[in-house]
Amino acid sequence: MRRRLPGWVLVLMLMTASHAQAMAVDAVTLQDPALEARARILMQGLRCLVCQNQSIEISDAELAGDLRRIVRERIAAGDTDDQVRAHLVARYGDWVLMRPPVKPSTLVLWAGPPVLLILGGVALWMTQKKRKDEPEPPPLTEAEKAQLRALSGSD
Amino acid sequence: MHWRRFIPLITVALLAVLLFAGLALDPKIVPSALIDKPVPPFDLPPLPGKEPGLIAANLARGGISLVNVWASWCGPCRIEHPQLMEIAKIGKLHMIGLNYKDDPANALAFLKQLGDPYETVGADRKGRIAIEWGVYGVPETFLIDGRGHIVMKHVGPLRPEDIPEKILPAIKAATP
Repeated sequence: MRRRLPGWVLVLMLMTASHAQAMAVDAVTLQDPALEARARILMQGLRCLVCQNQSIEISDAELAGDLRRIVRERIAAGDTDDQVRAHLVARYGDWVLMRPPVKPSTLVLWAGPPVLLILGGVALWMTQKKRKDEPEPPPLTEAEKAQLRALSGSD
Repeated sequence: MHWRRFIPLITVALLAVLLFAGLALDPKIVPSALIDKPVPPFDLPPLPGKEPGLIAANLARGGISLVNVWASWCGPCRIEHPQLMEIAKIGKLHMIGLNYKDDPANALAFLKQLGDPYETVGADRKGRIAIEWGVYGVPETFLIDGRGHIVMKHVGPLRPEDIPEKILPAIKAATP
């Protein structure tokens, strides 16, 4: 029998779907659609300092709006994407980047998951191998079989 | 190999220690990128009567300065204010206000009501210069050494215990 999805699952799906579409609306945007698109992509990679787990592209926080204005200004002034990012990193640190750069202090963050996966795989492989290497237990003797029957109450 | 059966237990214990240590961290505090760097080279016009405002060059004329980012609309700033009055009484610092996105009349009324610890106040009506300082909320407090370098940043309201625990040691460390 096929079961219908529970209601809360549907609600959750709808919530996440609309969330992905969300984006802050600004009164002033860049005239050139190509530049505005570049600005939008840059904003997706910049963290809202106040709301922390949102990018400034989707955040309604006032500071996020101010930072969006700065991103547009820098792009209009001819900055490259890297220069815009560097401009904000100089003020707010790597923290402002949604994707932390790879450097010694973030090594655990970046290398941790693959290392753990490999360690887990090796551990799994070793236990499986050990199990295979173990000799088959000898078959039960008649006396043991009788004992088993008596214990399980069958017969 | 008897010790092997303890591997899961050891793993969980290590993880527990790591996660427990993580609980002590406050994710709301973003480390400042400006520590040991010169103050941003931008001036702010004064709040009326609190001339000359925030003048970056004046922060590098020797003597330690405290720059406090505040606004009259900011609740925690009211909680913090007695501590600023206390620090002003020490008399060793240039107390400088950075009035953030505020109405000047409201800002002056705030100082009239709660006391005025500031030597001078710069008005950042659009919040633009605060971004140069890496400010992401009010209140925030910076300590500047005599060369005009930022030596300490405090995010959020200063609590009474922050004066002996944080401000005084930072002043001492910044004193040549």
